[in-house]
Amino acid sequence: MNVKITTPFTKEEASKLRAGDIVSITGTIYTARDAAHKRMLEDYEKTGKFPFDIENAIIYYAGPSPAKPGQAIGSAGPTTSYRMDAYAPKLLDLGETGMIGKGARGKEVIDAMIRNKAVYFAATGGAAALISSHIKKAEVIAYEDLGAEAIHKLYVEDFPAVVVNDTEGNNLYETEKAKYRTL
Amino acid sequence: MREISATLITEEVSKMCISANYFLNKDIYCALENAKKEEVSPVGQEMLSQIIKNADIAKENNVPICQDTGLAVVFVTIGQDVHITGGSLKDAINEGVRKGYTEGYLRKSVVSDPFIRVNTKDNTPAIIHYDIVEGDKLKIEIAPKGAGSENMSKIYMMKPSDGIEGAKKAILDTVEAAGPNPCPPMIVGVGCGGNFETAAILAKKALLRPVGSHSDKEHIREMEEELLEKINSTGIGPQGLGGRTTALAVNIESFATHIACMPIAINISCHVTRHAVCEL
Repeated sequence: MNVKITTPFTKEEASKLRAGDIVSITGTIYTARDAAHKRMLEDYEKTGKFPFDIENAIIYYAGPSPAKPGQAIGSAGPTTSYRMDAYAPKLLDLGETGMIGKGARGKEVIDAMIRNKAVYFAATGGAAALISSHIKKAEVIAYEDLGAEAIHKLYVEDFPAVVVNDTEGNNLYETEKAKYRTL
Repeated sequence: MREISATLITEEVSKMCISANYFLNKDIYCALENAKKEEVSPVGQEMLSQIIKNADIAKENNVPICQDTGLAVVFVTIGQDVHITGGSLKDAINEGVRKGYTEGYLRKSVVSDPFIRVNTKDNTPAIIHYDIVEGDKLKIEIAPKGAGSENMSKIYMMKPSDGIEGAKKAILDTVEAAGPNPCPPMIVGVGCGGNFETAAILAKKALLRPVGSHSDKEHIREMEEELLEKINSTGIGPQGLGGRTTALAVNIESFATHIACMPIAINISCHVTRHAVCEL
């Protein structure tokens, strides 16, 4: 099933998705990875604010390569998500509804997804040139000093991803691996 | 004594940083195409299609295959009759990395300290391994390595009584634990023997070997073949979304070791395993 998703991404929309759904995302999403997550939550503790509206937001775990002249963004594939597991439950509790990355999530993140009606999407790791063709606009909106790790506001069209963890606790990595295991 | 200028080394390193990151090597590209034909999982097939299409786009547009253009890992094999002029070899290599990563619009992914974590903004320092040999040639190999797969790597200080079966189990366990994280299909580099650091360097060197090549030691070759079959039976599949293509190759290097030691290092790499070579 191919599902079109637009942002803002509500809990209601998230609840309709199931692990295994192929989605294409259109709208505004935000990049953040290790250093940006750490700083974002430290800043929130002090100011009660985020650099963007976290409510119904999708965060893309990515640190793009620099844009060449004429490009909106450089190559921009997903980074490995478990490194954001320390921060994700808090962001989900505060309104984040979607995460895009690659690789497995920990139990605390999966529990927070179920509790908050949020989903985790996988984008194709290493397919960074292909993915960046779906990113039409990019601007750094916070933490510019972090270089590739700065928070970028992206406008994406038909960004390709797969639902790995849904709001009911299904986990595509586990179910698909079991289907093809012959060891 | 043959003289080689530091400027020439800088130029070559710069060019290799760029080419390694833009152009997927033919051995891996062919292995991906073959895997796509044989993959039984529809999602797995789709993932392999995207990966192949991505390599095509990167090549056509001269852009990085993956945004993680890696730490620049450099293997230098220098003849003892070579004399570098106009600067040090190390500085020449780092200058080449600085130039290549800047001019090639490659990502700067190096922080100066593991705890303070300030980006050096030019992707230096490179990780350089030197080997001094006979002759008057200089061979430089560059293997930019992303962190997603590097973080899934492991070293085991095993006992001799664990034997070859113990080593196979350790390798398989490492791949299973890595699962979808290192962007499968993976290339698994293994270093057996030596000591703590030698095993790790051998594992990294094993990744330089082309996909489809095998060790010329019979028992190691059998180990490579058996492990590839087992790894591709785990079900992990392309991107961890299920299927038969979990690894494209298991490359194993071995070396002499201590009577009490059996170190096994496993360096996991991704489908964008990069490698460029030049000989001056």
